Amino acid sequence: MTITVREVSKRFGNFVALDDVSVEAPAGSLTALLGPSGSGKSTLLRVIAGLEKPDSGKIFISDEEKTQTPAQKRGVGFVFQHYAAFKHMNVFENVAFGLKIRKRSKAEIRKRVSELLELVQLDGFANRYPAQLSGGQRQRMALARALAVQPEVLLLDEPFGALDARVRQELRGWLKRLHEEIEVTTILVTHDQEEAMEVADRIVLMNHGKIEQVGGPQDLYENPANEFVMGFIGPVNRLGDTFVRPHDVEIQLHEDGTTSEATVDHFVYLGFEVRVELTLSDGQQLWAQVTREEAWHLGLERGKTVHVRIGHSKVFGQSVEGSLPQS
Amino acid sequence: MIARLTLRTLALSYLALLLVFPVGVVFVRTFAEGVGPVWEAITRPDALHALWLTLLVAAIAVAGNTIFGVICAIVLVRHDFRGKALLNAVLDLPLAVSPVVVGLALLVVYGRTSLVGGWLAEAGIRVIFSAPGIILATIFVSLPFVVREVVPVLREIGTEQEQAATTLGASAFQTFRLVTLPAIRSGVAYGVVLTTARAIGEFGAVSIISGKLAGRTETLTIYVEDRFLHFDLVGCYTASVILALIAVMTLLLTNLFKPREEY
Repeated sequence: MTITVREVSKRFGNFVALDDVSVEAPAGSLTALLGPSGSGKSTLLRVIAGLEKPDSGKIFISDEEKTQTPAQKRGVGFVFQHYAAFKHMNVFENVAFGLKIRKRSKAEIRKRVSELLELVQLDGFANRYPAQLSGGQRQRMALARALAVQPEVLLLDEPFGALDARVRQELRGWLKRLHEEIEVTTILVTHDQEEAMEVADRIVLMNHGKIEQVGGPQDLYENPANEFVMGFIGPVNRLGDTFVRPHDVEIQLHEDGTTSEATVDHFVYLGFEVRVELTLSDGQQLWAQVTREEAWHLGLERGKTVHVRIGHSKVFGQSVEGSLPQS
Repeated sequence: MIARLTLRTLALSYLALLLVFPVGVVFVRTFAEGVGPVWEAITRPDALHALWLTLLVAAIAVAGNTIFGVICAIVLVRHDFRGKALLNAVLDLPLAVSPVVVGLALLVVYGRTSLVGGWLAEAGIRVIFSAPGIILATIFVSLPFVVREVVPVLREIGTEQEQAATTLGASAFQTFRLVTLPAIRSGVAYGVVLTTARAIGEFGAVSIISGKLAGRTETLTIYVEDRFLHFDLVGCYTASVILALIAVMTLLLTNLFKPREEY
């Protein structure tokens, strides 16, 4: 069930939420819409679901135009950031809602709901009310509710945004496995690049209502199309026109012709990773990411003079290999 | 500690002196000469008619104002349009305007000599000094309560549950019936309690528009006044106690509709 968005624009008053956006989510894929807040990613998801009407442009779900189809008839499963649980219904009734609307038999509803509760690991919770569940459990219930009607596509709007870090981590892995199991075309909105890279097989990076780049996680990380993508998808140092990832900054004790001199300002142990803040001899500042073995080997201390080589860097328009930044 | 005790004493004695004591005295006085006279007072035709009229008027006013109140609250919270602030202000009019003025206004609009009143009279509908007028007056004075109770609840539940229902295939009406209505139930219930209390207790507007015709246009509150003016204290107290009991019963009934374990 491929989802195609063609030349969609949407304004809220003077604010341009979507500016002529065209994008595709291939059948069976798990696509992440990634971007900072206000980039239009949630609006795009809501336009696909039919919860928002685009000012112009078209929406197709498996080659069928759905632009004018109301949300009620669009056959999408939608999961909200704050769960949108029906508070006055228990877990069973929540999950059964869509099936009841479709007038399925009691026996069928019972069977399907218990299958789904097992799938989302909530068997035994059927009689609880949402208020008696944790955030993670509520979101899994919301997911089961969305899946109950066997939607053609599954749309998730910051589904883990309201959960604490540990539960979020757990649910990401769980969602990825679930997706492999049920293979429904899924679009996930998130502002967290790590979440997008971990869960999705395709990332659509958005900014100011436009798409900056589309590609796999590795693609976006290794070949960012522009400064914004490079900065959003991972940490970056900027030296003049040159952009370099902190793990591509090599520190050594001796000068060898490809290095430049720098002073250690500060360093932070973060377990496996050590973050080293440096000032180059020309006054520019950058930080390097090294392993704790490297840090130990270098005998880092504040004020120590070291030599820095830029391994792999980017100047947008061209890629530079192994050269020193010219400022 | 002393400060807390003082506060508590103040609050409780205020309630006791101004609320519990007078109502309690009425109860005691009612049954001062036993149950016999009370029963006699209740079963008088005029009393029974007043009771019946009060219940009828309250039932119509509560039903009308509940339906209107919920619709109006949805319009106020979920829609955006010009004149919304005006609508919001107009809704409080019945609380701001004295009931006597309401009665007078209705008298002017629906009186025989007025355009509307004359036209209705020709059609054979009598508003003034009859049940329709009493119902109109009661609806007017008890109008804002359901709206005012439902608006904050509606605002608090937000639109996400409704949107979720829509994506699951529910029509607008199904969404309202299965999701919105149960979510605002507590607000509606409290609004109904207040509307009922106001409807059965209304005196000022009704006393002007009803003409106070014994056995025909007397509601219970008017009947209480009538008995009082006729030095029939047992009848007066009995009617008062019935008024109080109706209010208490409404409270108990709506408690049954309070949300289950949800919050």
